[in-house]
Amino acid sequence: MKPLTLTLRERPDQRLDCSPLVPFRLAGKSAAEIARIELQTTRVRVTVGDLFRVRMGAASHVRLEGGSDRLDQIGQDMNGGEITVEGDVGIQAGRMMAGGLLAIRGSAGRWAGSGMKGGTIEIAGSAGDRIGGPLAGETAGMRGGVVIVRGSAGERAGDKMRRGTVIVERDAGPYAASRMIAGTVIVCGKTGPLPGYLMNRGSLVLGRQAVLAPTFIDCGTYDLVALRLLGAFVKVHSARAAALLRKPLRRLAGDMAVSGKGEIFTPG
Amino acid sequence: MRQLKVKGIRIDDTFAEAFGMRATALIVTADSARWARQAALTMTGFATSVIGCGAEANIDREVPARETPDGRPGVRVLLFSMSTAELQKQLQNRVGQCVLTSPGSACYAGLAGEEQLKLGNALRFFGDGWQISKRFGGKRYWRVPVMDGEFVCEATTGLTKLAVGGGNLIIMGASGANTLRAAEAAVAAINGVPDAIMPFPGGIARSGSKVGSKYKAPASTNDAYCPTLRGVVKSALDPDIGSVLEIVIDGLTSEAVAAAMAAGLAAIIRLGPKRGALRVGAGNYGGKLGPHHYHLKDLLP
Repeated sequence: MKPLTLTLRERPDQRLDCSPLVPFRLAGKSAAEIARIELQTTRVRVTVGDLFRVRMGAASHVRLEGGSDRLDQIGQDMNGGEITVEGDVGIQAGRMMAGGLLAIRGSAGRWAGSGMKGGTIEIAGSAGDRIGGPLAGETAGMRGGVVIVRGSAGERAGDKMRRGTVIVERDAGPYAASRMIAGTVIVCGKTGPLPGYLMNRGSLVLGRQAVLAPTFIDCGTYDLVALRLLGAFVKVHSARAAALLRKPLRRLAGDMAVSGKGEIFTPG
Repeated sequence: MRQLKVKGIRIDDTFAEAFGMRATALIVTADSARWARQAALTMTGFATSVIGCGAEANIDREVPARETPDGRPGVRVLLFSMSTAELQKQLQNRVGQCVLTSPGSACYAGLAGEEQLKLGNALRFFGDGWQISKRFGGKRYWRVPVMDGEFVCEATTGLTKLAVGGGNLIIMGASGANTLRAAEAAVAAINGVPDAIMPFPGGIARSGSKVGSKYKAPASTNDAYCPTLRGVVKSALDPDIGSVLEIVIDGLTSEAVAAAMAAGLAAIIRLGPKRGALRVGAGNYGGKLGPHHYHLKDLLP
């Protein structure tokens, strides 16, 4: 089946709320109905037809050609199917997503996978701050699913995360896995200062040594069965992350400023 | 009793009568195949009969490292009981006392059932608050800190209500050595059948029982098949039979039990009457007690 393809004509004049462009919301709509969907975030009305050339196909696979950092909330609430973006996206890509695959060939803005519950987000470029993190006022961030960033991530990747897996194949900014409740974050490259800041539970795996808070306690280097299981799981998503988990890793318990039930793994 | 003769071996025209059971399966892994096997052997020790042991259990097969969840050598164990509650209790006690305690062990679900039994969900409390839950790929694992590192255990394992217990072959030969040789051949063949186990020592039972006793016991020796009582009691044995052994089979499905019995029968016939069995029968209670009947003539090679 051909995907439903939306080709961006020009860079939008304003930020757009692209949350209507998910498979379950587009299912059963005609080309004309899709063209009438409003995406504006200001008082100036903008519809899909104004900005995109619509080529009909199966709504279960939506393809966006031509990206922009003004395309916000792509894949929001998505619960199945596939969205492919041939370019960059704005903030909150895959927010509250529950299932399906969101593949971004470019880079993503802040809060990619914010509050996500299930499914997979793959970002070929880099991701902004607070992958999976909650918006202001929310008590928890990501609670399921997988986010893979082939490039680097900004600050606080996996902020307030409860469950699920975040994989960053290159570097991550400061405070990775900050305030983590539980779940797993893997950073294959360098990590900025103070990873795991105030993490309560959960696991943070680092590919390189990092500047850690003194509230992380060295527990020794181990070849843990749990890391083999994690390695087997991430292998389908990231060969680089899987390779990192094949070696024995040093376990640091923390953040002792909170419960001390979290852990950071670094190369021995 | 009517008999068929296949390659010189007399096959009784009778059937094995078996019962419905509840069952589950586990994959036990360790750093080496030796220690995976050890944990599984310990866990399935004293599990020959539900009457005295609460459960019937044994190793189904060795699982190569590339097939186990953690990539280490493993063993698949099957555990059978008469009720879900008893099975849960036996599973928890046996894994808790025998697998958790075994060096380097880990334990995973070995069966996908619609209903689940608690595995790590019951054992995690051993961690005294330091246990860690990890969830990936739709599965939840518990990590329990222990003295050699961590015991990893999947949260639940599947339960089947379609399991069958009590498939059997009664092997009769001229001497103890010949009968044992035939029984061993049958055990070796049945070991290759997936989803079926033989709970008795080495797969073989020498003390078949009948229902009832002159004393206050629910069961007693099957005197009709005791060669030393031939002629004293109403014996089922011919004059040329000097030793009898029984193989009891439990399977996750009725098909597995039938396949196991057929494999055992074929191995006995292949061995032949000169060095092996002269006659093969099967145990039943007249067909009124157990819903599953396995007629030997239907299972012949």
